[in-house]
Amino acid sequence: MSAQTHTADSVLSIDDTLAKFDPVMGLEVHVELNTNTKMFCGCATEFGADPNTQVCPICLGLPGALPVVNAMGVESAIRIGLALNCEIASWCRFARKNYFYPDMPKNFQTSQYDEPIAFEGYLDVDLDDGTTYRVEIERAHMEEDTGKSLHVGGSTGRIQGADYSLVDYNRAGIPLIEIVTKPLTGAGERAPEIARAYVSVLRDLLKALGVSDVRMEQGSMRCDANVSLRPKAGDGATSAEQLAVPLGTRTETKNVNSLRSVERAVRYEMTRHAAVLDAGGSITQETRHWHEDTGVTTAGRPKSDADDYRYFPEPDLVPAAPDAAWVEELRATLPEPPAERRKRLQADWGYSDLEMRDVINAGAIEAIEETIAAGASASAARKWWGGEIARRANKADVAITEMGVTPADIAELDGLVRDGRLNDAMARQVMEGVLNGEGSPTAVADARGLELVQDDGALEAAVDKVIAANTDMADKVRGGKVQAAGALIGQVMKEMKGQADAAKARELILARLLPS
Amino acid sequence: MTKTELCLLSAAQMANGLVAGDFTSVELTQAHLDRIADLNPALNAYLYVDDAGALATAREVDEARAAGQDLPRLAGVPVAVKDIACTVGMPTTAGSKMLEGWMPPYDATIVAKLKSAKMPILGKTNMDEFAMGSSTEHSAFGPTRNPWDLDRIPGGSGGGSSAAVGAYLAPLAIGSDTGGSIRQPAAVTGTVGTKPTYGGVSRYGVIALASSLDQIGPCARSVTDTALLHEVLGGHDEMDSTSLDAPVPAVVEASSTRDLTGMKIGVVKEISGEGFQPGVLARFEEARAKLVELGAEIVEVSCPHFTSAMAAYYLVLPSEASSNLARYDAMRYGLRVGPDGVESPSAEQVMAASRAAGFGDEVKRRIILGTYALSSGYYDAYYGQAQKVRTLIACDFEAAFEQVDVLISPTTPTTAFKLGEKLDDPLAMYLGDLATIPANLAGVPGMSIPVGVAEDNLPVGLQFLAPATQDQRLYAVGAALEAALTEQWGGPMLDQAAHLCLAQPFDKQEAGA
Ligand SMILES: [Zn+2]
Repeated sequence: MSAQTHTADSVLSIDDTLAKFDPVMGLEVHVELNTNTKMFCGCATEFGADPNTQVCPICLGLPGALPVVNAMGVESAIRIGLALNCEIASWCRFARKNYFYPDMPKNFQTSQYDEPIAFEGYLDVDLDDGTTYRVEIERAHMEEDTGKSLHVGGSTGRIQGADYSLVDYNRAGIPLIEIVTKPLTGAGERAPEIARAYVSVLRDLLKALGVSDVRMEQGSMRCDANVSLRPKAGDGATSAEQLAVPLGTRTETKNVNSLRSVERAVRYEMTRHAAVLDAGGSITQETRHWHEDTGVTTAGRPKSDADDYRYFPEPDLVPAAPDAAWVEELRATLPEPPAERRKRLQADWGYSDLEMRDVINAGAIEAIEETIAAGASASAARKWWGGEIARRANKADVAITEMGVTPADIAELDGLVRDGRLNDAMARQVMEGVLNGEGSPTAVADARGLELVQDDGALEAAVDKVIAANTDMADKVRGGKVQAAGALIGQVMKEMKGQADAAKARELILARLLPS
Repeated sequence: MTKTELCLLSAAQMANGLVAGDFTSVELTQAHLDRIADLNPALNAYLYVDDAGALATAREVDEARAAGQDLPRLAGVPVAVKDIACTVGMPTTAGSKMLEGWMPPYDATIVAKLKSAKMPILGKTNMDEFAMGSSTEHSAFGPTRNPWDLDRIPGGSGGGSSAAVGAYLAPLAIGSDTGGSIRQPAAVTGTVGTKPTYGGVSRYGVIALASSLDQIGPCARSVTDTALLHEVLGGHDEMDSTSLDAPVPAVVEASSTRDLTGMKIGVVKEISGEGFQPGVLARFEEARAKLVELGAEIVEVSCPHFTSAMAAYYLVLPSEASSNLARYDAMRYGLRVGPDGVESPSAEQVMAASRAAGFGDEVKRRIILGTYALSSGYYDAYYGQAQKVRTLIACDFEAAFEQVDVLISPTTPTTAFKLGEKLDDPLAMYLGDLATIPANLAGVPGMSIPVGVAEDNLPVGLQFLAPATQDQRLYAVGAALEAALTEQWGGPMLDQAAHLCLAQPFDKQEAGA
């Protein structure tokens, strides 16, 4: 079965699914830390190095090699735990998770089992409908990544049917933090959106902490989504009654590697489960593979609660025992949580909720912050980054910061407007020049000869000429119809070829026509 | 001095003779290599002999000494290494077909220490496969024989090291002790061996059997020699997280102790009596009387949980071993065989076939036992319970050491048994480690020294146990007792097996006898 021809399972519509079933999700996110060295040895962790060049006896699991804990890995784990409002264990051990797999050099993964470094936390997630959903975190624990297999030949790129497999152990031993949510209930129709929003907020948080590159496309952040459905408790059932309904059988969709896919995969699994259950079938507990191209999942290996990893405490490592004072020190280094930071910035900048959401969606928060710091007004910063630049960036499918305009450029342009050298229309032309790579705003304005005429004589002459040529309009204004001045102002601006301050023109017209 | 005379010296005498210029390290090393060539075919103590490497180090030492350089105390004194420690330039097999011919790309920390101490490494000594066994009969490369009687076992798992030292094929050797693998072979070959405090010697680069029990230590023919090697090996290693960040106990200094006045010694009630050979108990009682003569006060102490030690040990060890040995899967190194009759086998099939072909029965037995003990639903009843027993045993030690400075017991219940005698009865084999196992479960140090021969003319060992990090106490009581016994015998223990001091193949001796 090739990647292009997955026979799609039948699915129910999302509306029917939600009418009949209550979804419950559990999300497991693996984050590769960006420490300089691996979790248990001194090997480099650079992404994209030649295969098997960042390896040593320890991460290759050679006979006799022993692990030593990377203190930075523990520190990052604690900071992540704190940022997720978790409790931090005062004493915890690593454990061996035993199973055979060719890309795992020791045939056990050094992980944590019943003593995670962080546990019992939460992350609040703001949704598009203005509600906030609290994602409860069960645990965050430390472990090591496995190597990476490349299956050559065959048609699926999977191990089954491959002619041979190559293994790259560069990734083996890279520190990972696995963040596991509690079962997320009461999400209803918001479930797919919550899944995406949670991963998105988590990504921002980890980025702000500086502990990971969080690049889903490179695999430094990977999400596994557990989904199950249970019947609706019935019309008018209370949420307590719904919560009392036993959970359905779950599937675990592995390695969903983009925010959009997280949402799609959860929605797909919900509707697939619904179709099976609705037809009187039952869900097989199994892992599922998500196919980005076709938007469906296919069955992986059956999974049962009896999967036996024979966990036991890792005897080659001493327990991690972060002392309370150190944990408090780390707490003090936490950056402002992204959600709180946004609220603070919104208040500082005076944006409406709608404006703020546009700015967030445009990914313009940092750019705006820097632009304001460079001297621009909050409204000008939003107008440029959230407007013209965002439009063009979106069209070109690049980040707004990659459009060739810097925060300093925006601040300079805003300065030119506020000094009265440019009006809005001229500023837009200048921006176009900057975007075209013609130079700084000042250079573009100079080169294009864009400058408001500051000479009142020319403007007064134009005003007189327009009044003389439009006696009807002038009379209306004289008669008290002040709004009629608008047409005259337009004429004056035309006469001035746009290089005039419209407010000044209005002032002169009214002075001529209305007795003071 | 003849080559044989050179080999009969103690390590301390060798070191002094090198400094005095009485002989060179090349002469000393060559003497050992020649003796190995003569006697090893009968003993099978060495799996690999590195003539060129050993002589190169010896030459280097001789040149440095000639140039007046300051050298470490044991520079130029040869040493043998149990085939469980990784050595660059020499194969490292752990006595298993699984690793036959494997050349490690790195040195174990202790091997690096031997190299920086400028000690010529003669070669790698035989052992039970992955250190699982008490007789060296479980080596994939044939059993080692006891130099006292070639039909008998030299102990295990480190039978190769103790036989090499006992037959004067090396003055010093490295061992590893997970449940007695240094002390029990020492006892049955009439040599000395120490299991240091857990964490006292780095395990980095030493092939793991059971990580929480394994400890590396020295083997020699006298307490002082053992101490000299102990000080070379000991000390913190940042590559081993379980290594103690503490100074090496002053064991060499302690080895000059001759008077035990004020020392309180406890006899462990639970390690004696039923199942112990009469001749073993007789030598033990005599040694006990000798300790009193030396000024020690002897009291009987009870360690009630020691009776559960064997059961706990045979859950903890297989559990950890089953995980430690999972890496031998034919994917990256070691033996690789395909399954019979499968055209293009999967990775899993190759792993299974290679493990089936590469591991011996005793290893498979323990892997299966450990896999079972760790399984969900059984973990609490087996591994979890065994860990609780460890805690209780540690408490027993703690209580005992509140009353006494060191504990003593016979090292083994019997003298060396015959090859093949217990091969089909694993439980009988396991019982031989009854006395040595508690120290590993609690992480405390232990030592075995010879205290005479039993009614069967075979050596008997006495075990000393001390609190964690107090290894020097073993050397103090060990050295005092050794000196008193040597005086009583009119010479060292090994003199009682006169044939050991000859440089001719054992089969000729047998024929000539
Ligand atoms: Zn490495």
